[in-house]
Amino acid sequence: MEITGAQALIKSLEREGVEVVFGLPGGAILPVYDPILDSPIRHILVRHEQGAGHMAEGYALATGRPGVAMVTSGPGATNIVTPIANAHMDSTPLVVVTGQVARAAIGTDAFQECDITGITMGITKHNFLVSSPHEIPRAVAAAFHIATTGRPGPVLVDLPKDVAQSRMEWWYPEGLEELDLPGYRPLVGLDEAELERAAALLATSERPVLYVGGGVLKARAHEQLRAFAERTRIPVVTTLMARGAFPDSHELALGMPGMHGTYAAVTALQRADLLLAVGTRFDDRVTGRVSAFAPGAKVIHVDIDAAEINKIRRVEVALRADAAGALGALEEMGAAPANLDVWWKEIRTWQESYPLTYDPPVEAGPLRPQHVIESIHAASPEGTVVAAGVGQHQMWASQFWRFEEPGTWINSGGAGTMGFGVPAAIGAKVGRPERTVWCIDGDGCFQMTAQELTTARAEGIPIKVAILNNAYLGMVRQWQEMFYEERYSEVYLDADLPDYVKWAEAMGCVGLRARTPAEMRVAIEEANAINDVPVVVDFRTDTSEKVFPMVAAGASNDDIMVHPSQRGRA
Amino acid sequence: MSPEPFLGDVEHSPVRHHILSVLVENKAGVLARVAGLFARRGFNIYSLAVAPAESHERFSRITIVVDAETAPLEQVFGQLHKLVNVVDISDIAPDDAVERELLLATIATDVDNRTSLLDVIGAANASIIDVDAHHVTVMLAATPEGCDALERALEAHPGVELHRTGRVAVPRLGVPTHEPARSR
Repeated sequence: MEITGAQALIKSLEREGVEVVFGLPGGAILPVYDPILDSPIRHILVRHEQGAGHMAEGYALATGRPGVAMVTSGPGATNIVTPIANAHMDSTPLVVVTGQVARAAIGTDAFQECDITGITMGITKHNFLVSSPHEIPRAVAAAFHIATTGRPGPVLVDLPKDVAQSRMEWWYPEGLEELDLPGYRPLVGLDEAELERAAALLATSERPVLYVGGGVLKARAHEQLRAFAERTRIPVVTTLMARGAFPDSHELALGMPGMHGTYAAVTALQRADLLLAVGTRFDDRVTGRVSAFAPGAKVIHVDIDAAEINKIRRVEVALRADAAGALGALEEMGAAPANLDVWWKEIRTWQESYPLTYDPPVEAGPLRPQHVIESIHAASPEGTVVAAGVGQHQMWASQFWRFEEPGTWINSGGAGTMGFGVPAAIGAKVGRPERTVWCIDGDGCFQMTAQELTTARAEGIPIKVAILNNAYLGMVRQWQEMFYEERYSEVYLDADLPDYVKWAEAMGCVGLRARTPAEMRVAIEEANAINDVPVVVDFRTDTSEKVFPMVAAGASNDDIMVHPSQRGRA
Repeated sequence: MSPEPFLGDVEHSPVRHHILSVLVENKAGVLARVAGLFARRGFNIYSLAVAPAESHERFSRITIVVDAETAPLEQVFGQLHKLVNVVDISDIAPDDAVERELLLATIATDVDNRTSLLDVIGAANASIIDVDAHHVTVMLAATPEGCDALERALEAHPGVELHRTGRVAVPRLGVPTHEPARSR
């Protein structure tokens, strides 16, 4: 059967089981937008290409399936660079198709030409410039294979316009051999000797901690994790990327470690004699000053990416494997420490002395942002999916929401991409339409990508957005307050400019505003009752609220600053 | 094989280096991927040589001399292996390697310097491969230290234009190559 390259591309996406593509057409990708009309694949027309990328990420994080975005060449391609970098940092499986100028025009500075494979070389797991229509099926199949196996990540397929227009005899690769990837061999299998050594370290440990990262979610290893933790009774900390991998309500859960982690999680890592680090990469936001991180701990590191092992921290045992396989094997061996009662007793005193807290709400307002998050959580259905932007609101959301299952926390971790929240929430809702999806956003973040609410309204994607509007770039303000002698430089945004309610309404959404706890409760109830259009609630929050606990950048985790109301406690 | 040149004591490079022999797919942009990886991870490349590999036009071999002070070798290996186009890496410790490099130099000659120049060329076991009324071009295939020595000796002569290829290396016979666990 002879078809065009454009048809082959769409057919290839269908073969990969793609149900939705987030994108925006333009000159070089035009040929591919014609066969989309005849395809069962749903296309969601975004208002800015960055939105397409973050939607694809949100979809992937919520469903575990690869997200797909498609944009044109030049500025279309460069606009999606941020989401690609974000997905690269957070190991999110993404396939991005970019249009490219015709082969003969490449290298001539043609209209809307840019070297997107060159630009994204360092921020993709791999990328392809497709040189002939015959190669399209192989490139697409390889892109999905690479994006979703091993350590997942973004893969870009750059498609010259004339390749899309040329005709080819349809074929599709059958099996890995035909993908022609002689250098791509994701890890499989466990080293028995290393497993034995891990079991031996576990057996003699008195203060172990399960330091759980996003790899547990990527490997869908949450059940293995739970079984292993429950049998061994090892306390569990879940990093920002792993929220939802272990239930926050579980008695073994200590919450999030790191710069804004719970006192118990941070201190348990510091005092541990053994870290079982699973699918995590010793990020600086977790370790604080590396030389002072968990100084008495031996480390068993489980990671599918061998380059992560010994990158930041020298380890005693390396299990180069996926989290499910490694945890399953350790469970099968019955590896366990002895009695942890003394360790737990110590941990319980930290939990009791320094729980997450905030000042009591004030009836006249302004709102406490933490109170808003707890109230939304309390009023929303079980299994609600939460997306966040980046900053104070993100940290509060991670701290004060209670995550009970995978795929319910959609967030930008490694890259810290402001503006991630709204489009990511849209992508998550597309992937899991039966779930309530809230975006907890900041006023600064919201202004970066809010235009995608037009997309949400047009496409019938009823997400809910809570703007924690403190009129500032709050996290930067917090640092200027604490570390720059309250010299506030370029952080004021004005709570009333723009008028978020009018803006929401202009985009076809319902706009609400709440200034007091009473108004807040009404607004949340109203928002949760609306299921046909997107809702935006402008929550007016207290500017002076800061995120605690906090470990200052570059400081030791031993120097954790707790909430002011807890200072001086033993 | 020509004997080692003698031009006084050979000064060893102060850089603690390792030689990576990297087999890559012979595709457009692969060298940029490898070089880009080194640049963004802050690994210093001391020298680099690329050519189609033995036996197969599908592959090329990149010989990279990496400054082992700038990055743990394990990291360089791990990150390189993650490049999809990298098929195989072997690491040859300098003591276990037979290394050679090619040097070409064109030198202006006149009556005054011809004799001393010929002395240098002779002592280095370099050969004259091209000549005109006012220049000679010499070639030396030798160890990197041998090439260093000739380069220094030629510095005394004005009007020298000198090119070096960067080294290629194979393991000394009887020494097993070292290949840490691979992955991505």
